Amino acid sequence: MSLPSDGPAEGDAAREGAGRSGSDAPTRVSVSRREFIQATGALVVGLSLSGSGAAQRLPAAEAALGKTLDLNDVDGFIAIGADSRVTIFCGKVDLGQGLRIAIPQMAAEELGIGVERIVMIEGDTALTPDQGATAGSSGIMRGGVQIRQAAATAREALIGLAAARAGRPASEFTAVDGEIRPKAGGRGYRFGELVGDKRFGLKVDPKAPLKSPDAYAVVGKPLARPDIPGKVTGRHVFMHDFRIDRMLHGRVVRPASVGAKLLAIDDSALKEINGARVVRINDFVGVLAEDEWAAISAAKKLRLSWSDERSLVGHDGVRAWMRAGPFESDEFLVRKGDTKQALADAAKRVSGEYYWPMQTHGSMGPSCAVADVRDGKATIWSASQATHRFRLTIARVLGLPSEAVRVVYLDGSGCYGMNGHDDAAADAALLSRAAGRPVRVQWMREDEHGWDPKGPPQLLALEGALTDDGKIAAWRTEMWLPKATANLPNLPLLGPEAAGIAQTLGITTGLSSQNGNPPYAVPNQEVLVHWLRTAPLRPSNLRAPGKIANCFAVESFTDELAAAAGRDPFEFRLQGLSDPRGIEVLRRAAALIGWQSRPAPAKRGAGRGIAYIHYKNNESYVAMAMEVDVERSSGALRVRRVACAHDCGLVINPDALRAQIEGSILQTLSRTLFEEVAFDRSRVTSVDWASYPILTFPDVPEILIDLVDRPREPPLGAGEAAATPVPAALANAIFDAAGIRLRTVPFTRKRVLAALA
Amino acid sequence: MPSFLLHVNGDAKTVAVDDPSEPLLYVLRNTLGLTGAKFGCGLGQCGACTVLLDGEPARSCVVPVSRAADRRITTVEGLGSAGKPHPLQAAFITEQAAQCGYCVTGMVMTGAALLAKKPNATLQEAKDALAGNLCRCGTHQRILRAMMRAAGRAVT
Repeated sequence: MSLPSDGPAEGDAAREGAGRSGSDAPTRVSVSRREFIQATGALVVGLSLSGSGAAQRLPAAEAALGKTLDLNDVDGFIAIGADSRVTIFCGKVDLGQGLRIAIPQMAAEELGIGVERIVMIEGDTALTPDQGATAGSSGIMRGGVQIRQAAATAREALIGLAAARAGRPASEFTAVDGEIRPKAGGRGYRFGELVGDKRFGLKVDPKAPLKSPDAYAVVGKPLARPDIPGKVTGRHVFMHDFRIDRMLHGRVVRPASVGAKLLAIDDSALKEINGARVVRINDFVGVLAEDEWAAISAAKKLRLSWSDERSLVGHDGVRAWMRAGPFESDEFLVRKGDTKQALADAAKRVSGEYYWPMQTHGSMGPSCAVADVRDGKATIWSASQATHRFRLTIARVLGLPSEAVRVVYLDGSGCYGMNGHDDAAADAALLSRAAGRPVRVQWMREDEHGWDPKGPPQLLALEGALTDDGKIAAWRTEMWLPKATANLPNLPLLGPEAAGIAQTLGITTGLSSQNGNPPYAVPNQEVLVHWLRTAPLRPSNLRAPGKIANCFAVESFTDELAAAAGRDPFEFRLQGLSDPRGIEVLRRAAALIGWQSRPAPAKRGAGRGIAYIHYKNNESYVAMAMEVDVERSSGALRVRRVACAHDCGLVINPDALRAQIEGSILQTLSRTLFEEVAFDRSRVTSVDWASYPILTFPDVPEILIDLVDRPREPPLGAGEAAATPVPAALANAIFDAAGIRLRTVPFTRKRVLAALA
Repeated sequence: MPSFLLHVNGDAKTVAVDDPSEPLLYVLRNTLGLTGAKFGCGLGQCGACTVLLDGEPARSCVVPVSRAADRRITTVEGLGSAGKPHPLQAAFITEQAAQCGYCVTGMVMTGAALLAKKPNATLQEAKDALAGNLCRCGTHQRILRAMMRAAGRAVT
């Protein structure tokens, strides 16, 4: 079998513009029916890193259909065309975090070719290996590292081929600029000459030598992301912009209350709307129309009667509900020394209870998908962060073999875990099957705020004791957390549930119990989690699952202990740290903000706080210092400056890394200051941006970032870690400014005033 | 079927709609194929759908197409392209001022309207002008840097 060439091929014109950004050509994707079928229902989206016109052409990707998806095969990840251009097939996807440049940088460095000659295809179940979900800060750390090893293996193979042709030892050759050249000079062999359009037919060699960091020319450079020109000029094709021939627009009408049954439909008002029709499958109700506005209008005009369900606890009832259960089990995550005795014996004890509410992902664009379900096959275009997993889910929902389903990733609106994109895709699939035509579903704002799976609530009770000389003698964390269902194949989806399609029930939360332990030397410590059987609303992963609230509690409580000991909180932390990388970030964050020792809160209306995390206890190191003003009359908080020192090992692209840190800080400030999902006994009531406010431009502080680059350490994740110390750094700064300790998020003016009273 | 003459990015376009209350956004995206303006809320709360009407930022998700007729409509596609970006778009590219990028065209339109009136707008003026444009990824600082760059001010 031969690999695709990347020259213009029949059918390529239909895909020009899809997902690419450098071109000025309109990038509205239109695929003719003929080409659509030729491509087995597939439209492949790739992104060239080059700015030039000709280079915008995509590889004839359908010719690559049938290629291996094996994670152990070089051909799973890499293809080289006759013109030496490289295609990378990446199972991880770019959600706006910059993998689209960072992973090609890693591959380019090992291969010895410029990134501008690399095209990366992302998250297509027919083309990209299953590298797992793009989640948990794993994009570079695992996805990129796998591709880097495949690239190193490919480079060694290319060198071997050149050496054989030249009849010289492989050690005399090196890979430079898309060629294998004799180190001593002389004729080189272009990659395309050696392997163009052919398979490597090699296993990824885990021992293929990696380039020395001393010789890095591409890794570590702040190269520009290829998608930004198209994004800021409106030409980039997002999921929401994707159109195919004969596509209908669909909208799903969700129940009036969670769990409601459909009693009656009155669709008489739809007669006025051109071509609108209703699809009902049990309690699943959708409308279809040729025109999007017609579909929206039809959904509004449909009169539905629902049973009145009042099964929810309401947002004011969550905290009491967490204490009451029902519980699945109790689990000790840490047990060291004799915590009970040490607490009982201590002269000075401190305790505090911390609460984190349910929050929405709050994607700016409501979830959207296009599905084409026909003739026993399905193609789904989705912003899914896990296309391979979702392929199996859709296959189950539709009762199709998984081989008959293809899921293709397209850029969505930022998601940060799991918003409604899987639900919207299932909606589209059910409607497409009913219509026998492709269907696009985009949720409305109230659908996204009302029905996206929510970040679960967290409750933590902490207790600590100090020695006479002001060290932590004992520490106890007790957590109440919804327990993720073991081996749950997918989050149960709304559409299939309403349609009465069997799904494995359960909840998903992410690994939410990590970082509930103190990161400091404490001889006696205990972390106990009370696992709740369910959650007040359907939950899912939300950025840095669980660890933001856990770090909020642990690092606020560390401050409480420091205050009780009469110690400066920075010195107090430093004294308990032995990991040099942790010490380094803590020192750097303090230096960045100009930390001044404060053994007691200054209470001058302006204050400083600091917080630290070793993410998941084994990944990135982050320390954060913050300055805040507290207005005593109004309770208003104004964050002035945020300083972050960040160590995620080897830095691939420092600018993309900074963007992730900035985003982590600002998004988490928003969550800390403003956000709580409001709901009553029946439904979510915070269904727009007025009832669920987020951070706005006037709230934006100055952000200072210090990156610790460790080229000889493995690259670690950076999409989440910097989010986690934000709430504690802020709470600790508020304590310094006003002498009040906020233990419940969000830090609304009302809560600040109540604490000041 | 009522039809309206729209002046979009310098071109006259006649569009026919079933419902004259259909928001301009859907006509731009679905009829004219100008998908740079995004649907975010349909409520005029987030700014992802921002276009210029006679030079003023407007939320195209709540402007009926009938109210846009005979007005000068500028969408992000009319502002510039990757090959010939508007100075503010060029500044966004230089500052790499997008993450997911879904809201960014609305930011560009709002920002361009401010700079058209105040070519040397201050940081505070930029923050105030953009107060109604929401970003969830937390790209605010870069967007402000891009604004200051385009305003000819020092970017620190």
